[in-house]
Amino acid sequence: MKIAMPVNDKSMESGVCLSFGRAPYYLIYESDSEEFEFIDNSAAASQGGAGIKAAQQIVDEKVEAVLAPRCGQNAADVIEAAGIKIYQTEGESIQDNLTAFAQDKLLALDEIHAGFHRHRGR
Amino acid sequence: MKIAVLSGKGGTGKTLVSVNLAAVAEVSTYIDCDVEEPNGYLFFKPEDVEQEEISVQIPVVDQDRCRGCRDCVEFCNFNALAYTSDRLVIFDDVCHSCGGCVLVCPYDALQEEEKPIGRVERGVSEDVNVCTGILNTGEASGIPIINNLLDQETRGETLIDCPPGSACIVMESIAGADYCILVAEPTVFGVHNLDMVHELVELYNKPHGVVLNKCIGDDNPAEAYCRDQGIDILAKIPFDEKLGQINSNGRIAAREDDDFRQIFADLLHRVKGAGR
Amino acid sequence: MKQLLILSGKGGTGKTTITSAFIKLGEAKASADCDVDAPNLHLVMDQLTEPERADYYGLPVAEINQNLCRRCGKCQEHCRFDAIKDGDGQYRINAFACEGCGVCEYVCPQKAISLRPAVAGELMLYNNDMVFSTARLKMGSGTSGMLVSEVKKRLKDAASADLAIIDGSPGIGCPVIASLSGVDMVLIVAEPSLSGISDMERILETAAQFKTKAAICVNKADTNPENTERILAFCRERDLPFVGKIPFDQNAVKAINNGQSIVDIDCPAGRAVDDVFNNTMDILVYEELK
Repeated sequence: MKIAMPVNDKSMESGVCLSFGRAPYYLIYESDSEEFEFIDNSAAASQGGAGIKAAQQIVDEKVEAVLAPRCGQNAADVIEAAGIKIYQTEGESIQDNLTAFAQDKLLALDEIHAGFHRHRGR
Repeated sequence: MKIAVLSGKGGTGKTLVSVNLAAVAEVSTYIDCDVEEPNGYLFFKPEDVEQEEISVQIPVVDQDRCRGCRDCVEFCNFNALAYTSDRLVIFDDVCHSCGGCVLVCPYDALQEEEKPIGRVERGVSEDVNVCTGILNTGEASGIPIINNLLDQETRGETLIDCPPGSACIVMESIAGADYCILVAEPTVFGVHNLDMVHELVELYNKPHGVVLNKCIGDDNPAEAYCRDQGIDILAKIPFDEKLGQINSNGRIAAREDDDFRQIFADLLHRVKGAGR
Repeated sequence: MKQLLILSGKGGTGKTTITSAFIKLGEAKASADCDVDAPNLHLVMDQLTEPERADYYGLPVAEINQNLCRRCGKCQEHCRFDAIKDGDGQYRINAFACEGCGVCEYVCPQKAISLRPAVAGELMLYNNDMVFSTARLKMGSGTSGMLVSEVKKRLKDAASADLAIIDGSPGIGCPVIASLSGVDMVLIVAEPSLSGISDMERILETAAQFKTKAAICVNKADTNPENTERILAFCRERDLPFVGKIPFDQNAVKAINNGQSIVDIDCPAGRAVDDVFNNTMDILVYEELK
């Protein structure tokens, strides 16, 4: 299964990034072969709508799951529309989260928070 | 005469000055351009209020016509569009209503629809026409509301109560003014922000002067700044408990007290003379 | 790191004054000034050395190459922001009104228009004893949340700090919304005036949309005890934690004008802010008032 995760740097030791939309890089990990690559986040320098653009990039990578500590409403809308599930990471270690995910220990990310321009329940 | 009242820093007394000037003028129009946090109407309590909804244009997609070419997604500099699973997703709240996506779509799949972002309320308080702009909470920009507010008939003197700061929303508010009153308070914060807004009125070549508010003594950094820069000091309003009480209870000082009435009448007279 | 944001809705209620006091009281090793339109916090921070400066690029601005322009006016016809004016036989772009949408570039038959990157502000990062991040928006720039986000992002440099105090801006628009993202709690500084109460309600509504934990204090409380009571009643009604009243104090003005925080001198406002600080920390750290 192909997975995406926002990370702080292009290394497995760098740590999970707190922001999804403005993460500097994403880890794209193939759980079957354990192959991986780091891609630049094209949305990091966006004036606005970063979550949307970042999510579009992730959707285009054709991943099946996203692992992240938090996610804004806008990014979530794009990701979920593509049928991709979002799981909540725990702690900063990239490797620990990949392992936990493989063991089905990560929960679905319930707390989607409103984006910069969105009101919930409207 | 169109008089804009601005300050850079919040809480210096823009509303105090603009509301009271509108009240002392024989016939006037008061326009509240601080659409995020409008306050003037709390003092005027206008009657016969009419509301006008303000909307912006937001794209809507005909999914049947959309072929997923993504020209619109690529075009949008605000990232308001995304394409996933054979569907175009549109984010109203990020959209700047530029109309570009509709233009670039090769299949006529996009059209525009109105989305309300706020309203303008117009009413009367004695001889003052009170116009208030109100932005809906959660919306990012009040500029379309200001455009509506300023594009209207006015009578007598027009007082434009501006938002704090010196960003583009303030520029929009002063663009049509004949004269600008800068309100300053006697703190280093006040002077720092006065400097910014002074730069703004100079850029726009607007005749301007300063009202020193909440004056508590001789040591006034704002006054020193004005003298340094050669800016006209139009009036000094003392820090006054009674004035503070009247104001914090949402009442108009010039309508309740002759001394305060005189201060604002003198100020208006001074501004009308200076603006010529 | 726990992030506390200080907002008010209305300007001039005392956000910056209280922020500087909180930084001292909490010995916070991280702070930020998100009022990028009118930043003031740096005026009361002591021992600031030269900051690291970085240009902030906002949206690009359109430029017309007059040599290629045939003055057909299509750009002006399509510009939704009134940013293109013609005069003296030339079409010109008003850089302040331009929103960088790219429509004019797209419609120009002569390809005479292009979007150019534009500096919209400057970021400053002070990194000595503590990390202090601030920025200044260039006059007339569009207030986008991005500069605010950049200011907050740089707090990451202070990863070891446990507390960050963030000074917010007045209003409820884009910069305020950006500052709310990801903070653990917001302290609303209310003023007991009709305007202050109206603005407080609007900012609370905005914060609620983000489900951010909020607490309220009243500054200059003794200037209008009736209104202060109204605010207290409002808090009870909505089940919002009220963390204290601060009296109006001339000493505060003197301290600020000397570049000091109100807890650097002994005064009534300083003592009251100390209580407000303790109550706020209870909620931030323990989730409830003790």
